[in-house]
Amino acid sequence: MRAPDTMLPLIAEGLGFAAGGQAILSDVNLTIAAGRPSMIIGPNGAGKSVLLRLLHGLLAPTQGRVAHAGPDAARRQSMVFQRPVLLRRSVMANALYPLRLAGVPSAEREPRARAALEMVGLADLADRPARRLSGGEQQRLALARAAALNPELLFLDEPCASLDPAATRAVEQIVATLAARGTKIVMTTHDLAQAKRLAGEVLFLHRGRLLEQTPADQFFFAPTTAEADAFLRGDLLW
Amino acid sequence: MNDIGTAAATAIDLVVTADPALARIVLLSLRVSLTALLIAALVGLPLGALLAVARFPGRGLVLSVLNALMGLPPVVAGLLIYLLLSRSGPLGPLGLLFTPTAMIIAQAVLIAPILAALSREVLEGLWEEYAEQLRSFGAGRLRAVPTLLWDGRFALLTVLLAGFGRASAEVGAVMIVGGNIDGFTRVMTTAIALETSAGNLPLALALGMVLMAIVLLLNAAAQATRQVAQRAGA
Repeated sequence: MRAPDTMLPLIAEGLGFAAGGQAILSDVNLTIAAGRPSMIIGPNGAGKSVLLRLLHGLLAPTQGRVAHAGPDAARRQSMVFQRPVLLRRSVMANALYPLRLAGVPSAEREPRARAALEMVGLADLADRPARRLSGGEQQRLALARAAALNPELLFLDEPCASLDPAATRAVEQIVATLAARGTKIVMTTHDLAQAKRLAGEVLFLHRGRLLEQTPADQFFFAPTTAEADAFLRGDLLW
Repeated sequence: MNDIGTAAATAIDLVVTADPALARIVLLSLRVSLTALLIAALVGLPLGALLAVARFPGRGLVLSVLNALMGLPPVVAGLLIYLLLSRSGPLGPLGLLFTPTAMIIAQAVLIAPILAALSREVLEGLWEEYAEQLRSFGAGRLRAVPTLLWDGRFALLTVLLAGFGRASAEVGAVMIVGGNIDGFTRVMTTAIALETSAGNLPLALALGMVLMAIVLLLNAAAQATRQVAQRAGA
């Protein structure tokens, strides 16, 4: 369905972000290419969420820039937040809302929204008020809403951070499904096991710097930096 | 004491039999206050939503003025509209003074700032929650306004009820611009003021009862709204 042109690779050059005189990210250079999920990992406070927001365009970098290969990049990406922000409407209305904003023709919206709800297993709850769903269902709805847009690039910020294991599993399955369909996933997590399950490559962030961007097979067995090695061993990093 | 007892009995009789004079006053009151509410809502709610999402120099000052206007005394609102509509005023040629239209204008002016200030407060909380997600969807601040108005609908209903309560209970503004003309611009509050000072306690009491009943209904409606909102997870 997608036009043959693409926004990927996404390239960050010398990306930095400071707030209140405090550098949160410095000199991040990376390339996000199409392919299996890129997992951003690192200790708390490493700047994972800020990096995701910079790449998505929610924050303006104080240094460097983010560039995309193709035009119209804003419409080709979407993001799911750690705490899903659901509209005070029905499940279906939540799935329809971004489609209307994106200017999808009205006849296409309902089928696309319904297909997305089916993919996350919420089609039966379409008429329920979204805010009455359980935490796991809310996050699945947020994923459906983002997926309905058929994004080329999907950012996920710790989507399982406040979910129980069953809900985490459901979210991971959805992420794997989307990745298999060709959606490029860029996801932060603090859960190493989760990163292992999903990652095609790992971006290791430490104290606001990108220390590694390494294929997953290599990262988990032979990381190139001492910090990543310590992080994988479970040593406390700060 | 006996007088009051008799007056109360007559008052109840007036209410129960839906006395035509009483009914006319009640219906005019409702017409004036509901129309004023509608007009004030059309201006006040979008304005409140815009102020919730907009950031501009002097915003703090605008909010302070708006909050101060919430406490605008009805007589002052009445006086201002009187000056505008009086024969020598800028809108004098329209001949609106001492008509229900003038009363509607005065009450709308009185409650529009209340609706704007209260909805601004309610919707700003919602905006803080939604802002990042809406921006991710590509919605700018202006596009967020209708979204916030709809998603804040239950809270805004309570705001509207507060505005209606204020309009229907005020006496100063409608008295000044309406003139309390029997059968034409006499509403519940002005009638109560007049009939009490004229010693016609039964009618005053009957109107008081109706007014109280309306206030009670409003509160019940506000509570019901909260319950519906809770069920809807809003």
